[in-house]
Amino acid sequence: MSEPAAFTELNRQHQLDISPEHAQYLNQLKREKTAVLATQIIILVLLVALWEILARFYIIDPFITSQPSRIVNTIVLLFSEGVLFHHIGVTCVETIIGFLLGTVCGVLCAIILWWSRFLSAVSEPYLVVLNSLPKIALGPVFIVWIGAGPAAIIVMTLAISLIVTILEVFNGFMGVDKEKIKLVQSFGGSKYQVLSKVLLPASFPSIINALKVNVGLSWVGVIVGEFLVSKAGLGYLIVYGGQVFKLDLVMTSVVILGIAAMLMYQGVVWFEGYVLRKNGHRQGEEKKWQ
Amino acid sequence: MKAVVEVRNVSMTYQSPNGEIHALENISFSVDEGEFISIIGPSGCGKTTLLSIISGLLKPTSGEVLLYGEPNTGPSKKTGYMLQKDHLFEWRTILQNVLLGVEIQKALNPETRAKALDYLKTYGLYEFRDKYPEQLSGGMRQRAALIRTLVTDPQILLLDEAFSALDYQTRLAVNEDIYGIIRKEKKTAILVTHDISEAISMSDRVVVLSHRPGRLKRIYTIELSCTNRTPINCREAPEFRYYFQEIWRELDIHV
Repeated sequence: MSEPAAFTELNRQHQLDISPEHAQYLNQLKREKTAVLATQIIILVLLVALWEILARFYIIDPFITSQPSRIVNTIVLLFSEGVLFHHIGVTCVETIIGFLLGTVCGVLCAIILWWSRFLSAVSEPYLVVLNSLPKIALGPVFIVWIGAGPAAIIVMTLAISLIVTILEVFNGFMGVDKEKIKLVQSFGGSKYQVLSKVLLPASFPSIINALKVNVGLSWVGVIVGEFLVSKAGLGYLIVYGGQVFKLDLVMTSVVILGIAAMLMYQGVVWFEGYVLRKNGHRQGEEKKWQ
Repeated sequence: MKAVVEVRNVSMTYQSPNGEIHALENISFSVDEGEFISIIGPSGCGKTTLLSIISGLLKPTSGEVLLYGEPNTGPSKKTGYMLQKDHLFEWRTILQNVLLGVEIQKALNPETRAKALDYLKTYGLYEFRDKYPEQLSGGMRQRAALIRTLVTDPQILLLDEAFSALDYQTRLAVNEDIYGIIRKEKKTAILVTHDISEAISMSDRVVVLSHRPGRLKRIYTIELSCTNRTPINCREAPEFRYYFQEIWRELDIHV
């Protein structure tokens, strides 16, 4: 890093008088962005239209593949029966609780492991085994222990996301520059101050990464949990729809699931941008699409 | 003059699974108030270890370090440590960065805040107080790092190859800059470096250490006949070459 960095900053501030070349460049960027967005929308519309047309002319069997208009009808039907938001709500609440628990407990465990070298050495083989074990295999165990209900589903979610979070955040802690820690110690900083002044802020990127991975894993946990035991929720609708061969219901649930999962992911992205903006990082906005 | 730092028979041995590493052996010297001392030696001779011991971050295996006549047991407010890189925290503004030290020492109050702003003003970083480190040049960052140390008001500055991460030209300019600030604030300074010219041009005395285990080989008192004693001017002094040759020979470096 040298002078140019400071100069670009000055340029940024003096952008009121933009040169024609720069204006042209900005226009070009804008056009490219519009073209990408337009193509994305066109692809979506084409796919949906193709699906609808093929099903309408029985080139594919709508009984097996469902079709967009049937999905819309199913949503309307579920809504008029007053159960649409009940199912969405149950699944979302389970996911959010599992997600938050997984993240908070994971970060706490990572802190404890960092704090005590003895504990981290002792727990290492256990973490490795637990990490490679497909947690879904524990599903029946949880149901027996906790009982068939939302609690078992949340524990399932927790089991899936916890270990990954611990490992990701702990590795983040270990990757923090030792010299930065030495700096805090040279001012007489305590272990707690090392944690709060350096480790947590410096490993913010790995914590956010863990959050992003966790969003996906939490949905997996909840849906698997609902497959095993539940009386409501999107996972329940999918299993139920499959059993009674109502593919419309299955497809509808999958579509809603996709939208909900995307919204939650965007929530994490927004949170990341919010924290970065609060700390004055302008790149927060740009990172979103990287 | 009063000795502010006394290093007495300091030895340091590191333990590792593969055996012991003798880093330092029986080092003794003292530093007077307001003096600028450089410690120079071949790489791996324990220079940084010595500085960490003086700062209290490390405990010597034997021997002791006295600061103002009192044994130093842990990181002390009398010393300020400057590391190789500036290590400004990228998530903090320049002002928040220079306040880090007092924040850790639980001395963050309107008074220390005003002092930090004063330093920023004096040393040309006031307009950058709300900027982030990435927006500053290497030289400015190094200055901010020095201010971060100065705000905690240490009497003794410990510079651990504090300029080695900079490119050569910036480094000359930063030497000039930091030297001026340290003199102006009347601090005692101990600089660890592997750069012979840097050591001669900045110091009153140069301590030469041997290969590992680091032993004290010789202490040179630098007397240069230049009118305006700044690092750059010192490089012009006729005696500069003589000291350079002497220290180079003393370091006895083979490749």
